[in-house]
Amino acid sequence: MAILTKDEAKKIIDKVLSYSKADEMSANLSGGRLGNIRYARSAVSTSGESTNLSLAVTAVFGKRTGTATVNEFDDASLEKTVRRAEEVARLAPENPEYVPMLGPQTYLAVEPYAESTAKMNPDFRAQATFDSIDPCRKKNLSAAGYMEDSTRFTAIGNTKGLSAYNRETSVEFSVTVRTADGLGSGYATRDVTDVSKLNTKDATEIAIQKALASTTARALEPGKYTVILEPAALLANVDASLLAAMMGSLDARSAEEGRSFLSKKGGGTRLGEKLFDERVTIYSDPTNPEVPASPFGGGGGGGGQGRFNGGSDGRPQEKVTWIEKGVVKNLSYSRYWAEKKGVKAIPPPANFIMEGGTQSLADMIKSTEKGILVTRFWYIRPVDPQTLLYTGLTRDGTFYIENGQIKFPVKNFRFNESPIIMLNNIEALGKPVRMGGNLVPPLKIRDFTFTSLSDAV
Amino acid sequence: MNRRDFNQLLGMGAAGIMMPALPAFSRTIAPEALLEPGLDVAVKKRLADAALNAAKAKGATYADVRIGRYLNQFVLTRENKVQGIINSESFGVGVRVIANGCWGFASVGDARDESVVAKAAETAVAIAKANARLLTEPVQLAPQKGFGEVSWKAPIKKNAFEVPIKEKVDLLLSCNAAAMQNGANFVNNVLFQVNEQKYFASTDGTYADQDIHRIGPSFTVTAVDPQNGRFATRNSLSAPMGMGYEYLQVNPSDKLSGITTRYNKGYDMLEDITAAAKQAKEKLSAKSVEAGKYDLVLDPSHLWLTIHESVGHPLELDRVLGYEANYAGTSFVTLDKWKTKSFNYGSKEVNLVADKTQVGSLGAVGWDDEGVKTKKWDLVKDGILVNYQAIRDQVHILGEKESQGCCYADNWSSVQFQRMANVSLEAGKTPLSVANMIKDVKKGVYIIGDGSFSIDQQRYNFQFGGQLFYEIKNGEIVGMLKDVSYQANTKEFWNSCAAVCDESDYRLGGAFNDGKGQPSQSSAVSHGSATARFNGVNVINTARKIG
Repeated sequence: MAILTKDEAKKIIDKVLSYSKADEMSANLSGGRLGNIRYARSAVSTSGESTNLSLAVTAVFGKRTGTATVNEFDDASLEKTVRRAEEVARLAPENPEYVPMLGPQTYLAVEPYAESTAKMNPDFRAQATFDSIDPCRKKNLSAAGYMEDSTRFTAIGNTKGLSAYNRETSVEFSVTVRTADGLGSGYATRDVTDVSKLNTKDATEIAIQKALASTTARALEPGKYTVILEPAALLANVDASLLAAMMGSLDARSAEEGRSFLSKKGGGTRLGEKLFDERVTIYSDPTNPEVPASPFGGGGGGGGQGRFNGGSDGRPQEKVTWIEKGVVKNLSYSRYWAEKKGVKAIPPPANFIMEGGTQSLADMIKSTEKGILVTRFWYIRPVDPQTLLYTGLTRDGTFYIENGQIKFPVKNFRFNESPIIMLNNIEALGKPVRMGGNLVPPLKIRDFTFTSLSDAV
Repeated sequence: MNRRDFNQLLGMGAAGIMMPALPAFSRTIAPEALLEPGLDVAVKKRLADAALNAAKAKGATYADVRIGRYLNQFVLTRENKVQGIINSESFGVGVRVIANGCWGFASVGDARDESVVAKAAETAVAIAKANARLLTEPVQLAPQKGFGEVSWKAPIKKNAFEVPIKEKVDLLLSCNAAAMQNGANFVNNVLFQVNEQKYFASTDGTYADQDIHRIGPSFTVTAVDPQNGRFATRNSLSAPMGMGYEYLQVNPSDKLSGITTRYNKGYDMLEDITAAAKQAKEKLSAKSVEAGKYDLVLDPSHLWLTIHESVGHPLELDRVLGYEANYAGTSFVTLDKWKTKSFNYGSKEVNLVADKTQVGSLGAVGWDDEGVKTKKWDLVKDGILVNYQAIRDQVHILGEKESQGCCYADNWSSVQFQRMANVSLEAGKTPLSVANMIKDVKKGVYIIGDGSFSIDQQRYNFQFGGQLFYEIKNGEIVGMLKDVSYQANTKEFWNSCAAVCDESDYRLGGAFNDGKGQPSQSSAVSHGSATARFNGVNVINTARKIG
């Protein structure tokens, strides 16, 4: 029941819209199933599954809007929800930033959905967990991990003729393996659309190797180092991350208001300026087969958007180049801000793809004279929004490289660094891999700033 | 209550606002529904018994059930605009069981029927039995006596949900106007109110009905200098509290004067935002700090976060044991350190307590989410580590016979697990004012308000910023600083604690959304302290150039 087909969803939305007496009305129907299994100390700690289906209706009179939600789908409940949204809209004061709803749109043909993931059940989750725990038990190592699978759909429609439907699946897996003496720790993470491409045993083997290799960590002086950042260090789905922080800051309004690293001295933005190494090219593309994403999105400005109707105003997601050869090429705009500025309202990206090279991580290590390999960063927090300065720490596998080989594990470091500075100091880019629904290459960066040591393992 | 007042602003412009996270499965409701009574306690007991009996019938050796109704209201404004008013409700039942020595959990939304609740209990037993195949050792649950039918209500004076929305909007917009008149270019303001109506029952024989209220006003003002492209912000110095609307109806005795006004059991948002606007402008031209060792004088509005990260989290026993290894991390405070009974967590000035009963705190409840009556206990006594925070399936590891009552779930749909109690630094026992503390500092920084925060996964190395930084030279505040962060190692930091002001300066700070667990849950927790001095801490300059 929670995953409706396109036709089933459209039937409900059309019925909702047929009840409308408002100037404009939109309906957003979404639902899904979320499953998870968590383990620690090499045993399952919690596991669960939940389903949900809900409808949000937004009514508009002039610049007055009102939203009501419901999770019952009989005719009377649907009509009651429409009337409730209209009642609220009539009573609401005008929203000066309201933008009329969009009419029919053309969307790219994508389906970020796999039947194998949609069919996942508790036995599958338990087996995937066993595949991760068992090799750790055999080596007297402690495994702590988490797997979450999601199957969901979103359908939107409005009285101006817009109609859209998307269904998607995803699985995220991560594992931390620790040695019995507490001196070694290793980490691996994977995410896929199609669970048949996930091998928890293989991923865990990498975490095992890192845990075993990291038990005799030596202290190096903090300072500026050449680092090889694995993709999980650049982008994390359980914490803030340097690349996501930067991509999330490509917003036009805050830049034009003077409160962003992209604000220009004297006013305006730095759109069109070369701010990064010329090898930096980042774009979004919902049709990329490795990281398929929703064909519509948006948020901010205009009718039918917002938290309670899925955060989408129905704007088509297209291939958008955000940074090309180091130059900022595009910023995202809410529909209100775009209209005010007379530009195209580009929605924030549904995914991003950073171009890289053909080298594997091993190739990058081989070509490094002296440097530090970082598996993962942790507790990344903003320090200065003016320069996009962030702080955080290395974690779960940090190694010293010399003459193309990993020489020894090193104690963890705290860094204070800005992704803007980091992307100006690129030595090499590796082959991009999927991370949190995006494609990110490992990067070799010179002069990365470590400011202190951490005793944490 | 004026229904029109409530209605007139509901649902307006969900456009483009920064929406705080809502609890799972919540739905928007009419504001007057926030004041509707929930299920009668007799109905809840009937539902609970249905779940407990079903679990036992399927072979559970223990079961508990939580029937939760979670109400939230957010009022959000920006400059002279109301960005949104959100009222939400989430209602459902969560059942946790032990079967075949293993935990199992299942939840169901909008469950008002005994058969539905019983089915959830049966599902929880089935999950426990399925997971028992991967069990390494059976759950050892500390015994807990049943308390029968009991209740607890937060001691609020004015239910925030009873206050007309218009009054709240007027307050926020007048604050924003004051900020703009005093030099701010931008201002965002949020008033967040929570009511958790929780019913807990277990096979131990406790039926606890609890009514919990929390309130959190906060703002950010931004000053921009377009000529040089600089901008600066100042966030509110408020603390979210386990209080009602009386928190915003401040008495003069709730304020502490000084270089800037700070607040205790009442918060004057208008006064604070007016000061914030001026201070954000002042920050634009403040002196950039010279990196080096400084004696730090830390206000409670700042120190609460340092306590939270460097004391509260590392003394969670589940982290010590490795249950958070894949996410929030483990802890440097391993059991061997505790067993020595001589581990110097801090200097002898440092007394840290956990307290689930503290009046006005975010974490105060009568019973925790596994039926344990809450209490206060020592964590660090005269600088020595003496205890952890634990729950029923862990305390046997500490040789304790009963739980300390630290179990919590953020929603009926979430499984309960160990969460932090209110962890606080006790005030100094000898009279000491902030002014007198500063008099003795030769080279120091006085930090007010919480800012950037980061700590490693075992809680050794941390770095904290703040809102306001003042340079101290030879016992006097000489001016404002910017670009300040300090870095320290937890044990070294607490051992550098040279003095703590007395009880008259003691105040609560706190976090509304402390994240932990996978899937992540949030909890609200307070941390109290008086102003404290830490000698010889490493301060770094965070200014950078990005070209």
